[in-house]
Amino acid sequence: MSGKVITITSGKGGVGKTTAAANIGAALAMQGYKVTCIDADIGLRNLDVILGLENRIVYDLVDIIEGRCRLRQAMIRDKRLPELYLIPAAQTRDKSAVSPSDMARLGDELKAEMDYVIVDSPAGIERGFRNAIAPADQVVIITNPEVSAVRDADRIIGLVEAEEKGPATLIINRINAQMVQRGEMLGAEDILELLAVDLIGMVPEDSNVIVSSNRGMPVAFDDKSKAGEAFRNIAKRLAGEEVPFMDLDATPGLMDRLSRFMRSGGN
Amino acid sequence: MRSLFGRKEKSASAAKERLKLVLIHDRTDLPPGMMEDLRDELIEVISRHIDVDREMVSIEIAQDGRNQRLVADIPLQTPKRRRSR
Repeated sequence: MSGKVITITSGKGGVGKTTAAANIGAALAMQGYKVTCIDADIGLRNLDVILGLENRIVYDLVDIIEGRCRLRQAMIRDKRLPELYLIPAAQTRDKSAVSPSDMARLGDELKAEMDYVIVDSPAGIERGFRNAIAPADQVVIITNPEVSAVRDADRIIGLVEAEEKGPATLIINRINAQMVQRGEMLGAEDILELLAVDLIGMVPEDSNVIVSSNRGMPVAFDDKSKAGEAFRNIAKRLAGEEVPFMDLDATPGLMDRLSRFMRSGGN
Repeated sequence: MRSLFGRKEKSASAAKERLKLVLIHDRTDLPPGMMEDLRDELIEVISRHIDVDREMVSIEIAQDGRNQRLVADIPLQTPKRRRSR
């Protein structure tokens, strides 16, 4: 088997990288794929709490790299799904404990057994980011409809291209459709025009995301949540399925214009 | 334009316009004053061959997908002999 490494990154912190990594990983596993999520945010680990696996950590990413355990020993299996694993970040070390070539080697090793390896990148553009994209076959950038997040996404898209890991695809997270309609929030169309990348998902702002993170249950498990549905759709698209974009904005014709834009834009 | 009619611009359009300029600047990372120098030198070279309207020359960086494009608009000097009607 040769799987695929998908890195989720953003530049700016707090836009939803960890939420996206947890939910995309969980949604792919719900579809029956073998998935390992890696938390590459050494020193600030969080993917474990979002997935609800924080009580089961024995070994971590740095233990694998430094040879204190076998790969399998550091892979925590999520018992709610047949084949979802987490490799947690080390909490008491820093980014310099791991190098990009360590990550590339780990990615290759995991790909031999997994369908998908999802890497949750730290914020920033330094060592941690370079570590996270080193093993990537595909990079997904996540942003919010806010000036600072869009600007940072643009920087990251440029860096991903410079590292020859492009073209990156984009998730726009926390879209508030009412605000977009009032002209008080950047719409998907605007952001795609500014960043000139392909869209892979739009996630509405949804209070269920916080509720599910409180419980350590990824929102993708929640059938009734719009954000959960959006993440399940993203997972399907990553797996090659064509899924129409959810109509978050009730403005007539927007979705037509958007899909036309996407067909004409990109590569 | 909208402000001419006394209507406040929506914040999303303000965000988009501001981002357009910021992204062009971020992507090209030109040293300050370079565009002015470039403009002056271009005018100098071109005026050796054709008369240009120096005041109206504009040079800017435009976005073209993920690439940047240097766009120069160089109006020629109106010929001195005008056709009168």
